[in-house]
Amino acid sequence: MTTIAMSDFRVDPVSGLKIHNQANTLVKANAFAAVVFLMIGGFFGLGVALTRMPEVQLLKPEMFYLFLTAHGIVALMVWIIFFEMAVLYFVGAHLLNSRIATPRWAWAQFWLMVIGALMTFVAIMQGNSSVMMTSYPPLEAAPHFYLGLILFAVGALIGCFVFLGTLVIAKEEKTYGEGSLPLVTFGGLTACVIAIFTIATGALILIPTFLWRVGLISHIDPMMYRVVWWAFGHSSQQINVVTHISIWYLIAGLVFGAKPMSEKVSRGAFLLYILFLQLGSVHHLLSDPGLSSSWKIFNTSYMIYLAVLASLIHGLTVPGSIEVAQRKKGINTGLFTWLRKAPWGNPVFSAMFLSLIGFGFIGGVTGVVMSVEQINVLIHNTMYLPGHFHGTVVSGTTTAFMAATYYLIPVVFQRKLALAGWAKLQPYIYSLGSFSFSIALMGAGTMGLQRRQADITYAGQALGYQYPELGKAMLSIGEIGGVIMAVGGVMFILIVLASVFGGERIPEGSAPWPKVEDADVVYARSEHKKHIGLFGFEAPGTFVLAMILFATLVLYYFINFKYLSTIWTLS
Amino acid sequence: MGTSYTTPTNPDWGREPIERTEIMWITIAFAWCLFMFGWMVSWHWIGNQNMRNEAYRTTPEAYAQKLADQQTKYTIRNDVASGEPVVAPPPGGDVYIAGMQWQWRPILELQKGKSYRVHISSLDVDHGFSLQPENINFQAYPGYEQVITMTPNKAGTYAILCGEYCGGGDTAGHQTMLGRIYVKE
Repeated sequence: MTTIAMSDFRVDPVSGLKIHNQANTLVKANAFAAVVFLMIGGFFGLGVALTRMPEVQLLKPEMFYLFLTAHGIVALMVWIIFFEMAVLYFVGAHLLNSRIATPRWAWAQFWLMVIGALMTFVAIMQGNSSVMMTSYPPLEAAPHFYLGLILFAVGALIGCFVFLGTLVIAKEEKTYGEGSLPLVTFGGLTACVIAIFTIATGALILIPTFLWRVGLISHIDPMMYRVVWWAFGHSSQQINVVTHISIWYLIAGLVFGAKPMSEKVSRGAFLLYILFLQLGSVHHLLSDPGLSSSWKIFNTSYMIYLAVLASLIHGLTVPGSIEVAQRKKGINTGLFTWLRKAPWGNPVFSAMFLSLIGFGFIGGVTGVVMSVEQINVLIHNTMYLPGHFHGTVVSGTTTAFMAATYYLIPVVFQRKLALAGWAKLQPYIYSLGSFSFSIALMGAGTMGLQRRQADITYAGQALGYQYPELGKAMLSIGEIGGVIMAVGGVMFILIVLASVFGGERIPEGSAPWPKVEDADVVYARSEHKKHIGLFGFEAPGTFVLAMILFATLVLYYFINFKYLSTIWTLS
Repeated sequence: MGTSYTTPTNPDWGREPIERTEIMWITIAFAWCLFMFGWMVSWHWIGNQNMRNEAYRTTPEAYAQKLADQQTKYTIRNDVASGEPVVAPPPGGDVYIAGMQWQWRPILELQKGKSYRVHISSLDVDHGFSLQPENINFQAYPGYEQVITMTPNKAGTYAILCGEYCGGGDTAGHQTMLGRIYVKE
C-alpha cells in the first residue's frame, strides 16, 4: 500500500477529484470498447429497421434473423455492460479519490469481455447461431456462441469485485473522509449487487446449455431454461436502470451543483431495487404454461409494486433535486422557470433530461402496464415489446450513457469535445428517433404485429393474413424513427472518435469544464434567504410533472383493461 | 455544501426530515401501487379474460397422437384455401392444437358463444400462439401442454401466427408459420 505515490494521481481542477491514472486508463478502455460495440450494434439495428419497412425489405429472412441476433447481443449486452464497467470504475475510484483495487484483475475483466464478445459475435456471423439474444432451446446455436457469453459474463463479474475492492480500499484509506458513500457511488453499489446476482444466474443457465451443445448433457428443459434465463436476461436490464439513474444523479450534481432532496429517500429507493427488482423477471413468463397465477402476480408486481415505487421516487427526486438547486441559485419564480432556464444547449444536460423523460413516460409507463398478468395476453411477443424496451434501454439507458460520455471526454480523456455544434443537436435527434420508434412500434404491437418477423406480409401463403393497415403504417413510421435514431447514433460515434483522437488536448491542471458551484454554497451566500418554492413545496414544478406522469399512467392502465375486456373470453 | 456525488455533509442524514414534495408523491405513488396490485388480483373475479394456468407435462409423440385422434373423429371438410382437413370438435370439449416448424395445426372450426378447452403445445421448438386480429398471445413449448378455456365472442376467420422465433430459411420458416380458426355463428 505504501507503494502508491502521489505521481500515480492527478487532480481535476474543476471537481477537485484525485484521479488515479490506472483507474483512468481502465475507464477509458472500457468506455472506448463500449462505443465501438455501440457502433457495431447500431449497424445491425439499422439493417433490421430497413428490413421491417415494407417498401425497402433490405434483407432476406435468414440474413434478417442473423442481423437481429447480432443487434440484440451487441447492442443490448456488450455495449451496455462495457459502459457499465467504465461507470463502476469511475464512481468507485474517481468519485472517491481512490486508487483502483487490483488493476491486473481489472485488465482481466477487460480482455475476457473483449474475447467473449468477439467469440459470440463470430459465432453469429458464421450463420449457424441465429437464435436471437434469448437462444431458447431446443433451438441450437454453435457451442462457442454460449462459451463467448460465459467468458463475457465472467469478465463482468471480475469487474464487479474490482469495484467492491475499490470501495474497501477507499474506506480504509479514508479517501472520501469519514462519512457515508456519495449517493452516486451508492447507486453504483446497488448496480453491482444486482449485477452479481444477475451474472451468477446467467452462469447457472448458460453453462448447462453450453454443456448440452457439446454433448455432455442430453436435454435442457424449455421451461426451466426460460425461468432461469430471464432471471438473467431481465435482471441485466435492471443493472442498466440502476446505472442510468445513478448517472442522472451524477449529472444533476455536476451541472447544477445539486444534492439529493433527501439522502434517506433516494437511498431507500435504491434499497427497494435490491430487495424487489429481481422479481420482475417473471414478466416474461406471464403467458407460459405451468406457472400459477399467484406466483406470477407476486413476482410481476415486484411484491406489490415496491420496485415500481422506487422508480417513481427517483423519477421525482432527480428533477426535484435540479429544481431545488436552480431555485437556491436564484431562479425561484414560477413553476417551470428553473426548467426553461436549464442549459438545453449543453448535451450533458439535454441528453440526461431526455433520458429521464423517455425512460419515465415511454419505457416506464408501458413497462408497468404490460406486465399486468392479464394485459400481457394482448402484448406478449408483439412489436409492443421492442417498442417498450427501446424506451427503456435506448431512450433511457443509452441516452444517459451518451450524456455521461459527453461529460467524461474532457475529464477522463482530457480532450475538448470536437464537433461541439453537432453535440448540441445530437441528443435531440437521437431521442426524436428513439421516442417515435418506441411509440409507433407499441402502436403496431397493439394492432397485433408480431416481433422477430422477417416478413410481415405473409406473401404467397395459402393461409395468409393481412395485418390491419394502420398497424403496418405504424411499423413503417416506427422504422423511420429507427433510421433517425441511426443518424443520431452515427453523429454520437463521430463526435466521440473526433474528440478522442482529434480533440484539442486539455493541459494538466486546466479546467475540463467551467466550475459549477454547489447550490447550497450559493444559497448560503445570498443576501436575503427567501424560502424557496411555491405553496409550501420546494419543488412544485417537479410535482406537477410527476402528476402528469401519474395521470398518463392511470389513463393508459385503464385504456388497456378496456381493450382487454372486448376480446374473447378466456379462463 | 455537498452534491449527489460527494459524501453527505450531514453525517446524520438518516434523521433529516423529508420535504413535502417527496412525502406527497411517495404517498400517492404507493397508494397507486397498492391499487394496481389489488386490481390485478381482482380481475380474476371481475374480469372475463384470465389464464387459469392449467398445464400438463406431455411429449411431442403423445401430443401428436392426440392431434391424430382428434382429426379422425372430428374432420368435417377440406379447407378451401389450403385443401387441408378442417376439424370441428364439439363445444364444451377438448380441442388440441400444436405449433410445429412451420405451421399451427389443425385448422379449426368453432362456434360463436360456445366454450372450448383449447390445449396448446409444440411438437419441436418454442413457438408463440398468436390469434389475430383478436391479438391473444401465449407461449408454447415442447413437453408442456397448456389448457385455456376460450369462448369466441365474434364470428369470422382468424389467423394464428407464430410469436416466437422458431428457425427456418428464406422460403419456409418462422415468417411463414400460420394457422387458421373459423368461427361460425
